Amino acid sequence: MKINVLVNGQKKIYDVLPDEYLLDTLRADHLYSIKRGCDNSSCGVCTVLFDGKPVQSCSMLSMKADGHSITTIEGHQDEAKRLSEHFGHQGADQCGYCNSSLALTVHAMKTEIEKPTEEDIKEYLVGNLCRCTGYEAQHRAIKLCLEEEDEK
Amino acid sequence: MKVVNHALPSIDGKGLMMGKPAYSDDLADPTSLIVKVLRSPHPYAKITKIDTSKASALEGVEIVLTYKDFDRRPFTRAGQGYPEPSPHDKFVLDDHVRYIGDEAAAVAAIDLKTAEKALKLIDIEYEVLEPVLDFETAFENKILVHEEPEIHDMFPIGFDPKKNLAAAYHMHVGDVDKSLEESEVIVEESFYTQAQAHVMLEPHTVNARIDYQGRLVIYSSTQTPIHVRRIISQGLDYPLSKIRVIKPRVGGGFGGKQAIHGEMLVSAVTLRTGKPSKMIYTRKEVFESSYSRHPMRFDLRLGAMKDGTLKAIDCWVVSDTGAYGEHALTVFMVAAAKVFPLYNKVDSVRFHGNVVYTNHTPAGAYRGYGAIQGNFALESAIDMLCHKLDVDPVEFRQKNMIKETETSPIFKIMGEGTEGIEMFMESCKLDYCVKRGSELVKWKEKYPRKQISNSKVKAVGMAIAMQGSGIPYIDMAAATIKLNDDGFYNLMIGATDIGQGSDTILAQIAAEALGTTLDKVIVYSSDTDLTPYDTGAYASSTTYVSGNAVLKAGKEMRQMIVDEAAKVFKVEPDEVEYDGIILKSGEQEITLKDLSNRLFYNEDQKQLQITSSYYGTKSPPPFMAGFVEIDLDIETGEVDIIDYVSIVDCGTTINPMLAKGQVEGGIVQGIGMAMYEEVLYSKSGQLITNDMMNYRIPTRREIHNLTTEFADSYEKSGPYGAKSVGEIGIDTPPAALANAIYNAVGVRITTLPITPEKILMAIKELEKGGK
Amino acid sequence: MEIVNYFKAQSVEEAYKKLIENPSNLIIGGGAWLRLSSKIVETAIDLEHVGLNKIVETDSSIEFDASVTLRELEKTEALKKLFGGIVNKGVNGIMGVALRNLATVGGSIFGKYSFSDFITPLLAMNTEVELYKAGRMKLEDFLKFKSKEKDILLKLIVQKEEGLGYYYKMKKTGLDFAVINVAVSLSNSKFKIVVGARPSLAAYALKAMEFINNQKQITKEIIEETVSIAVNELKFGTNSKASKEYRIELAKVYIRRGLNEVTNNEN
Repeated sequence: MKINVLVNGQKKIYDVLPDEYLLDTLRADHLYSIKRGCDNSSCGVCTVLFDGKPVQSCSMLSMKADGHSITTIEGHQDEAKRLSEHFGHQGADQCGYCNSSLALTVHAMKTEIEKPTEEDIKEYLVGNLCRCTGYEAQHRAIKLCLEEEDEK
Repeated sequence: MKVVNHALPSIDGKGLMMGKPAYSDDLADPTSLIVKVLRSPHPYAKITKIDTSKASALEGVEIVLTYKDFDRRPFTRAGQGYPEPSPHDKFVLDDHVRYIGDEAAAVAAIDLKTAEKALKLIDIEYEVLEPVLDFETAFENKILVHEEPEIHDMFPIGFDPKKNLAAAYHMHVGDVDKSLEESEVIVEESFYTQAQAHVMLEPHTVNARIDYQGRLVIYSSTQTPIHVRRIISQGLDYPLSKIRVIKPRVGGGFGGKQAIHGEMLVSAVTLRTGKPSKMIYTRKEVFESSYSRHPMRFDLRLGAMKDGTLKAIDCWVVSDTGAYGEHALTVFMVAAAKVFPLYNKVDSVRFHGNVVYTNHTPAGAYRGYGAIQGNFALESAIDMLCHKLDVDPVEFRQKNMIKETETSPIFKIMGEGTEGIEMFMESCKLDYCVKRGSELVKWKEKYPRKQISNSKVKAVGMAIAMQGSGIPYIDMAAATIKLNDDGFYNLMIGATDIGQGSDTILAQIAAEALGTTLDKVIVYSSDTDLTPYDTGAYASSTTYVSGNAVLKAGKEMRQMIVDEAAKVFKVEPDEVEYDGIILKSGEQEITLKDLSNRLFYNEDQKQLQITSSYYGTKSPPPFMAGFVEIDLDIETGEVDIIDYVSIVDCGTTINPMLAKGQVEGGIVQGIGMAMYEEVLYSKSGQLITNDMMNYRIPTRREIHNLTTEFADSYEKSGPYGAKSVGEIGIDTPPAALANAIYNAVGVRITTLPITPEKILMAIKELEKGGK
Repeated sequence: MEIVNYFKAQSVEEAYKKLIENPSNLIIGGGAWLRLSSKIVETAIDLEHVGLNKIVETDSSIEFDASVTLRELEKTEALKKLFGGIVNKGVNGIMGVALRNLATVGGSIFGKYSFSDFITPLLAMNTEVELYKAGRMKLEDFLKFKSKEKDILLKLIVQKEEGLGYYYKMKKTGLDFAVINVAVSLSNSKFKIVVGARPSLAAYALKAMEFINNQKQITKEIIEETVSIAVNELKFGTNSKASKEYRIELAKVYIRRGLNEVTNNEN
């Protein structure tokens, strides 16, 4: 079945099966920032923005995206670059597998919470698991990035 | 130092956050056949009938493979140096399946739906056999997990499949029974650790293709590309020279990718069809059909004198290696070899036991590699001894633990799979680690507990740990440095970056040795065609062993540059000064940039390139002291981990920030094993906790604060004074937390994970007047 | 879950007509739990275009249409003001933000999930649901309601009442399902005690409520008695998350803490 989706600002037409998941559709379209992790919405590495809100693409039927807009980190490269510099400076980027979905969720968090505290950050990002870093370095990097963006 | 011991950002993180294709599946050939495996629904069964005709006839199916399609050539899947200390007990496909999730057949089709449909069309019948599901009764059980005549060990490791033994081991120093008799205080206890899952976020992924030269090229999310190449060659009887293994970016390994996973079947499919193929494990397959940590039971006896001197350690261990024996002996040995030397002043030690086969998911390598299990048992028992002796646990460690310049007879007796070598601790700041940690956590104020409300108690607990830095005389690493025009370098290394940052820290070592900056060292790693040998990312070998190889190469390249400049200046090499940028002799000078261009294009042209190798002659242990502060709800057993203080001695930190990341990541994984990660099997041998909804790793909400510091330490034999740091972080949390909980409410939990339910039920028992 | 056909309904009537065409047809809510199911569905029906996505606040109630996401509900300020925001708190504890942007009010209630952190606090307040065929009924009646015919949940209605509330979800890690969850409320001098994830579906401790609601004065002893009655009348069980005995201990503690909190008793 054909669906019309706006992906990172580009109009796309995908031919999908009724039980196809957005994760597979987008990866088949070379959007490699979206990753396969747990198959049942438990880990967060497949996060995309659906009309600006984070959702887990491994659990969203592609059909539901018809007529909507999807954003991935490929559509927020400047922001990802800024956050990745902070991650680099705090040693928060180990295997990197959770990083792009995390950056996207941080972007979404900024649109919902004005000056997030550390508790806000932990709560908003709780669905984005990381097995490498122990989380502390990531929180430091995110806070510093937000502070820097605030100052600008 | 200008580059080493600086907190420089990693060289490869940026592109990953920006979403650039870099992981194995991102690089798969888009026309790849999808390979799916038919997995056994029984813990133990014989395939009595397998008819693949309907599956093969399905449109879109390229090939269906069963045990009938392969010669019987046993190998081990363990990624270890050859000959491996693991039994060769696995066939590509066998007519027996030995755990729920074991491979029974494989299908390759044009897409996932077709492959899954084809699996259902395979007509398979099993004779269901009675399984061995209790590792405590596996030894000499009348049911044998392995009866194949062809399987064998590579050298004696105690392998005896007729007794369900994958391995067995015994060592002793002195006379432990006598020491115990002479001891004034004895502690005797049994401890159980669970089959922790790695839960690396990237599932096991592999893809293969035949390149235009007819060679098999494998892209695999692996920790050991060289071992993958060798095992594929052995298993499929295919020449090593026609196989290339490339490791792209890996989304976490922690030991779970230190063995082959889908590579064998994917390679078989590609070789037989000539087409590219790929396999991505589902998360369920990662849990059920890859590897887990070896669950163990420790029966421990400690003997001490009333003055607080530890006299004897007696330890019997049973380890469950599951259906196949990867890493069986080596993990077992590390449970003592990298734990017991912490108490080197004892009169006697005995460590022995069995590694048994069962019909469970196979166990394999996992960060800590036996040391975390051994640490939980020993450090818990030590605290029990402290309470019996009425001695502060910190003081007890300070009195009995190993110190700089000392040794332990265990080092000589126990290596990893073989004998070890004698080692004196040229760098050991354990005393500083303990002192500093107890200061930071405010031990004196808080030990053992403080009541903070009617229902909440605050308490502290601690544990010390050690690990190793590579396996001496076995782990070898090599590095190649090539000088380019414009004065920059290529660093080719076999060392495997799985996210721990080895590409970065090895580049830092190279840059320091070459006298240049990090941006001038371009790293290419883990391609068996283009990079020199390295055992891979395990045994905490990268910083120490690979690092020393890089250091050697860097120094040698630097000398080669000086020699060339000397030729240009027409002087002796020792008359040349070089700061990494400009070479001078008297009035003459030339920049590296100009020299490199001259060497490429103008005069006396040659390519400067050097390959250097290194193997360790010792394995200097990193050390750490872990202190935890908890708040415990005595009415519900819920535990809040307020702060975890880690003071680590890993010699020089090549990159203090990346080293901290290793420690912190390890601590949180250790906390997961200690408190949250439950492994549950049904009575019929089905793993219940087989997805991330049921198997829970720590989230951001569980971690309140981590305080991590490094001791000022220097290991002469290490590159720029460094020891390794990849594993040590994971070892202390289980014992530190068990000890803190005892300090809080007086209950001793001896099985992992320590759940709120176990704590509350133990409190209720205690109130009733139980233990 | 395997889906053969996907149907985008343009009205509730159309959706219902499709729903009853085949026994395996079902309504897709957010689809958050589809991956857990191995059913084969002839037609999955999407309600996106039937207009069930509004939140309407009146003087007496707040109405949430079935397609409103849990995240939208969680952020509803008017709901936060009721009973100390226990429903918002309960929903906030469900997985992460991304899942709550997918899961819908309709899907989460219709599923009658026993682990639900949404249903438990809702029961502690005055809440109703409206179904396409069966009409409007109290939430607690819907949970027991068994109908021969299929139905579609249209909206959730929360009455605006003054009251105090307490909610606690005992869980092991930040993302986990509840080992047990407890909601206690006090409104118009009447207590409600709800325990969910027992592991079975949330239920009232009716005898305990009757006992405490007949007391003139709430003392420490009365609370203890109430707790005792509650854990004796409610059925608890063992599963992979916890044993029956542990759940009983937890229920005692949290019901007691809840009653204390809403009555401001000293601990």
